[in-house]
Amino acid sequence: MAEEVSRKPYVREMTYRWIFRHPRYMRYMAREFSCIFIGAWTLMMVWGLKQLAEGRASWDAFLEMLRSPWSIAFHALVLGFSLYHTFTWFNLTPKALPVQVGEAFVPDVVIAGAHYVAWAMLSLVLLKLSGAF
Amino acid sequence: MARSNKPIVWGPFAAGGTLTAFLTPALVTLTLLAGLGYVPDILAYERLHAFAAHWLGKAALVAVIFLSLWSVAHRLRITLYDIGVRADSGVAAAVYSAAGLASIAAAVFLFRV
Repeated sequence: MAEEVSRKPYVREMTYRWIFRHPRYMRYMAREFSCIFIGAWTLMMVWGLKQLAEGRASWDAFLEMLRSPWSIAFHALVLGFSLYHTFTWFNLTPKALPVQVGEAFVPDVVIAGAHYVAWAMLSLVLLKLSGAF
Repeated sequence: MARSNKPIVWGPFAAGGTLTAFLTPALVTLTLLAGLGYVPDILAYERLHAFAAHWLGKAALVAVIFLSLWSVAHRLRITLYDIGVRADSGVAAAVYSAAGLASIAAAVFLFRV
């Protein structure tokens, strides 16, 4: 009978504690946890759309909510983590999108650098069109 | 041949990850500025209402929200597995449905604008 066979399979320990064993794991987790902040901000904007649909008074209440100290602290965290996501994402682009010209591959720094330049220009244009400056 | 739903899940993740890498810092800066008392023109009621009233604005907002939330959901699923949550199919169902439902909610709100 299978149930009576005595066996003690090794069950590998698996907890969150491995994160703290090496700075590299911490950086990896910081990158992965950036999603929580980007997600929370996006959900906040979905709520903002609800307020917008309800009319001027509701939208103004949303803008007022943005001014609370909690909101400012939240925004500082979101901005920090979203920048970390941007940097880590662009630094991986040479791995995800290797470009070969003739025999040689385009150097990593050129591929990642092109993303940084495009990102800087896009952000400036977006902020300018939005009337941020 | 073995069939896999991986490309369907992973495609929007890569698209959303790229989109958030390019857009989110600037977008967060807009609401941060509003919070600091300097409301950018686009966040004034008339401007944003006009933007969201146009079908192109609606489409852009829903696309950005869906791709952002999907990539967040996928990353959250992988992260939960990494920290020892082994109920992957349940987690996957929960995070992908949450991303889908929030995107549908956004579309409904935009429809009312």
